[in-house]
Amino acid sequence: MNDQPFFRFDWVIDNLDEIARRLGEHLVMTGIAVGVGLLISFALALLVRRVRPLYGPTIAVTGALYSIPSLALFALLMPITGLSLLTAEIALVSYTLLILVRNIVAALDGVPAEVLDAAAAMGFGPVERLWRVELPIALPVIVAGVRIATVTTIGLVTVTSLIGLGGLGYLIVNTGINRFFATSIYTGVALSVALAVLADVGLEGLQRRLTPWAQARTG
Amino acid sequence: MTSPGRAGGAVVTFEHVTKRYGPPGTPPAVEDLSLTIPAGEICVLVGPSGCGKTTTMRMINRLVEPTSGRITIDGQDVRDLPAVELRRGIGYVIQQVGLFPHLTVGENVAIVPRLLRWSEPRVGERVEELLELVGLDPGEFRARYPASLSGGERQRVGVARALAADPPVMLMDEPFGAVDPILRDRLQNELLRLQAKVGKTIVFVTHDVDEAIKMADRVAILRRGGILAQFDTPEAILAAPASSFVEHFVGADRGLKRLSLAKVRDLQLIEPLTVRVGEPRAELRRRMEIDGIGYALLVDAANRPLGWVNRDELTVEGALSEEEATPGAPLLQPETTLRDALSALLGSSVQLGVVTDERDRVLGLLSVDAISDVLRNDGTWPRP
Repeated sequence: MNDQPFFRFDWVIDNLDEIARRLGEHLVMTGIAVGVGLLISFALALLVRRVRPLYGPTIAVTGALYSIPSLALFALLMPITGLSLLTAEIALVSYTLLILVRNIVAALDGVPAEVLDAAAAMGFGPVERLWRVELPIALPVIVAGVRIATVTTIGLVTVTSLIGLGGLGYLIVNTGINRFFATSIYTGVALSVALAVLADVGLEGLQRRLTPWAQARTG
Repeated sequence: MTSPGRAGGAVVTFEHVTKRYGPPGTPPAVEDLSLTIPAGEICVLVGPSGCGKTTTMRMINRLVEPTSGRITIDGQDVRDLPAVELRRGIGYVIQQVGLFPHLTVGENVAIVPRLLRWSEPRVGERVEELLELVGLDPGEFRARYPASLSGGERQRVGVARALAADPPVMLMDEPFGAVDPILRDRLQNELLRLQAKVGKTIVFVTHDVDEAIKMADRVAILRRGGILAQFDTPEAILAAPASSFVEHFVGADRGLKRLSLAKVRDLQLIEPLTVRVGEPRAELRRRMEIDGIGYALLVDAANRPLGWVNRDELTVEGALSEEEATPGAPLLQPETTLRDALSALLGSSVQLGVVTDERDRVLGLLSVDAISDVLRNDGTWPRP
């Protein structure tokens, strides 16, 4: 590595197509993980709110999943699902659950009791109340959870290159570490970090646009 | 559903209603309550905490289901309709207001009309009309979010929202319990003025006796365990408490409280001996001697009071002048409450008040004796 320049811009320019493809794969894997994670967490949160005693066990199980090292989880899943996208996504989705379930439950619990009382008294049914009152009011806190889950997942997706998948991890591991090529490692790391920051800022902006009322307090 | 702007309430009846939160055998929150609330009246449910007043109110729109008994609105059992539909036809205002923070003021007011699928132009008109009705400029407030409103503004939006679909019945649970006394007084007066226009049947819950007396056409006093202690007009309850519990609950100063219910215009005024500036003193002295009165009221050309003239001071001859009047008579208006009138009279040297109309012209005199007569009688006001 010593005889190489610190960073070879010519390699980046020559391989723009490849870098863009890996970036795209990274985005897709993150999107699937957070999307599926959100759906499952939402269902779990609604269940937990109906049957409160399930909250403890749900947090215990999702917490246990969260604590399994990703490589170990890949190893455990490999005999069943092989070196596939499914293996990667099962692991990635598992890691989002703890954050998302906790946030969605807290967000829905945070809807003021008098608002729920007024909604019931004005003739909202339970389903209408959930969609038109509880979720909109809970949205800022839910989005805050999605931001954390997204940033975490973007970092984790790099590891999936170890089971032969693409994403920015491919640049770091396959063309980087395996071939002692620093420029590829730097590129992969920088893009991964940039993606995390952009996703975080973008989601915050989205939340502000969706919930203009949450800013009314100051204005 | 009724059309917007139509006034009118509905009769609400409780027939042997009992509510037990626990299994049979536990003490009931409300016990065998029977009550008829006439259409278009404000019925205040009042009592100490734990008396079941909020439970009673919440059974009307079925936020609480009675254990036994029947509640009807204009003869129809509240259980005949699905709860959701029933509630869309009943206004609801609570102490914490419960405005939806994610909707603007206009959208909050529009909630029930939209649940009822009114056309958008009709919803828009109704929102405008209601904001004006509660004294909020639609142009300024319509697009604002609840978080940017003051406590009083929020409570007004809450009332507008409850009135949106013109429900015949409104439920109000300590609506002014969380605001300061000055604002509370103003909101109470606004609600009374509003009620004079809309004529709803309002079931109003409070723990404050003074608020109950001020707001109610009829007061239901409940005691612990949801037992109805007395149900009558504020005047009748203050004049003749049905039990020592009621007497104790309304307070030792119930005499004074009764005085705040009546206005000066409710009493027969004394015809004063009036005399105009410029009249001869000899003539006045002669009239006073005939009537056996020591004082006369000196008025100007427009019949506005200037002050008192004492018979003993009419020793010289000639025409009466303005300077001869001794000022000091408290001026009262027909709208003054007897409580305020009494306090003004007790604070002045002459225990006679001059009642004047909106142009300050003399209508008559009011004495302390006339007010104390009211306290002695059985609770019906002597009408002029």
